[in-house]
Amino acid sequence: MRKLLYLDYNASAPLRPGAKRAMIEAMDVIGNPSSTHHFGRTVRHHLELARKIIADFFEATPKQIIFTSSGTEANNLALKGDFASVIVSAVEHPSVLKARPDATICPVDSSGQIDLSRLTNLLTQSQKPTLVSVMLANNETGVIQPIKEVVALAKHHGALVHCDAIQAVGKIPIHWSQLGVDFLSISAHKIGGPQGVGALIISPEIPLRPLLVGGGQERSYRSGTENVLGIIGFASAIEAGQADNWTQVDHLRNTLERSIQKICPQATVFGGKANRLPNTTCISMPGVTNDIQIMNLDLAGCAVSAGPACSSGKVTPSTVLKAMGIPEKEAATAIRISLGWATQADEIDDFLGAWHTVYKSCSPLSEHK
Amino acid sequence: MNTNLDQIYLDYQSSTPCDPRVVEKMIPYFTEHFGNPHSRNHPHGWTAEEAVEIARKQVAQIINADPREIVFTSGATESNNLAIKGVATFYRDKKDHIITCVTEHKCVLDSCRHLEQAGVKVTYLPVHQNGIIDLDLLEKTITDRTVLVSIMAVNNEIGVIQPIAEIGKICRDKGVFFHTDAAQAVGKIPLDVNAMNIDLMSISAHKMYGPKGMGALYVRRKPRVRLHALINGGGQERGMRSGTLPTPLCVGFGEACAIAQREMVTESAHIKKLKDRFYQGIMNRLTHVYCNGDLNLRVPGNLNLSFAYVEGEGLMMGIKELSVSSGSACTSTSLEPSYVLRALGVEEELAHTSLRIGIGRFTTEQEIDMAINRLVEAVERLRVMSPLWEMAQEGIDLKSIQWANH
Repeated sequence: MRKLLYLDYNASAPLRPGAKRAMIEAMDVIGNPSSTHHFGRTVRHHLELARKIIADFFEATPKQIIFTSSGTEANNLALKGDFASVIVSAVEHPSVLKARPDATICPVDSSGQIDLSRLTNLLTQSQKPTLVSVMLANNETGVIQPIKEVVALAKHHGALVHCDAIQAVGKIPIHWSQLGVDFLSISAHKIGGPQGVGALIISPEIPLRPLLVGGGQERSYRSGTENVLGIIGFASAIEAGQADNWTQVDHLRNTLERSIQKICPQATVFGGKANRLPNTTCISMPGVTNDIQIMNLDLAGCAVSAGPACSSGKVTPSTVLKAMGIPEKEAATAIRISLGWATQADEIDDFLGAWHTVYKSCSPLSEHK
Repeated sequence: MNTNLDQIYLDYQSSTPCDPRVVEKMIPYFTEHFGNPHSRNHPHGWTAEEAVEIARKQVAQIINADPREIVFTSGATESNNLAIKGVATFYRDKKDHIITCVTEHKCVLDSCRHLEQAGVKVTYLPVHQNGIIDLDLLEKTITDRTVLVSIMAVNNEIGVIQPIAEIGKICRDKGVFFHTDAAQAVGKIPLDVNAMNIDLMSISAHKMYGPKGMGALYVRRKPRVRLHALINGGGQERGMRSGTLPTPLCVGFGEACAIAQREMVTESAHIKKLKDRFYQGIMNRLTHVYCNGDLNLRVPGNLNLSFAYVEGEGLMMGIKELSVSSGSACTSTSLEPSYVLRALGVEEELAHTSLRIGIGRFTTEQEIDMAINRLVEAVERLRVMSPLWEMAQEGIDLKSIQWANH
């Protein structure tokens, strides 16, 4: 069988072997972590150990970690609080945008970074209490937001800040106190943990309105028996990820972009001028729509994405690229290639070969056409 | 499984061990099939998506639903929140009254309280001494403002089974949606959403030998029930519940449903035999033991017993080798007497000495006999030390005593 290339880490990263082992071992642990008897206490012990590992990684305290069923739930939990005004960047994930249809959208510049002067204006007009939600790094372009500046502006105007760090975790350093945000969303399956687990890291002193009420788990911020297995896998993935070499990934990504542009100088890297995650590129194949690219690359054994892979395989125009002012026609030729810790140089070579073949047969710009 | 008799697990209403057959089904999805969009090329494999859809079918089958009516969630707490808040919010402009019951799970009651703060009216029906609601009262309570009736199928503390089919019929006749929290019922008693006129049903995987962090909400399509999503985003689960689905957990949940459906009859008989053995074993050796909730109208795996003339904490300390629960697990860290027992009219002293004994698939006769011995020894030891027990033995009616105030 042909070797398959997985370059869609931003959609879901492969499970790390350590996380898999930890979860399989933990399957023998029985009981409900809220029970006070022997079995309950044992499960609780595993759960709290995992919480501590995750808290330590972000230099937060275990009390600040509220486990959820996904990054989407973590975003919803933060966004659906009692805020009179909510300001979100135009390039946020749908789980932020759709959690607050009443939110004011703050535009981004052509590089994909939030427009800080517009944010200042919006903050001046906003009603208290205000929440600003800006992601740490974009899922489609990898563009890193100037979160420290956002926090400074927000604090100046007495607003709270939520940061969706789901794509950034593990790839760039994240320290709770240095970041200065009030809420931070994280997810396990983007860093090699299992699907079905996320967390919201919260400021100890800031009240939160729970989405799910009931048994009062997670300090009453999120009721429901914890997904203990998933949480154990999450912590294990966080630990394993600390040995990743992202400089190497960054190098591979840059090589990939340069090589594509050598084949086709008109290929555009969206957000390429901004500070980006080391693993992500959003790049166009001029004259070829992304559904055609995805299909042909898939036939060649390469898994990439045409944008956020949320509800279905449906290819819809990217709101992120639109927000960056990219014309719809050009945006429709962009694909997202996202590398991971395990991506090798020869895989990038193979991908380039596949890309070149598709380009030759499909693009009107190709001299082979 | 736990074969170590130093600790006996009798807390199956709190959580059930994951069945080894479920684990076996899940593991490949944690490994070779995990999150791999190319598994469709795998000669022996199903894609993650196909696996999820097979699981959805298995879940649907056990309650006689259509797979398109199953919304996967992170557990019954989320399902209950979604059903109650989701329906109430969606129909808020037309109707603003919900009927539930005082013995519901905390997440149902808290969802209702949350809605009350937003101006929705909630009626909390009382229960009879046996834990069952009054159907006439339910019928009389429904008005043209009522949007939803939420009554659990099986109580988590006392195991009593509510007359779900009758409630469903009343609700359908009156044109009111009927939601049932069936977290403790699925796989234990036969449930049929069509025969029972159920419009929404919450299910939990880890209460039926599946994994934690997984559940489902059944949402009827015809006549259609609509609801306001709690979690928005990518639009998964037909917009009712966004977030990436955990494939291995879905697969495990599906398998747990398939096993339960296949084995429910034989398993119930086995568990009932163990429960009867336990109950008889206790009653033959101890007096002044009371069963909370109807002794017959309950799931086979649950007993809730109160022991007079012992002290609650002392009892728990005395049976450390038995993993049982006093009150429901979610609130068992607090020492307040259970609101469920209070609703039955159980006296506070007796509520304090209540134990929930949960028997399940992996419980053995040997464990039951061991548990009887441990429990009888502990109660006898505590009673010997109790002046109240001594007085009761002498025939003094404790209620007639005027206690001095200190």
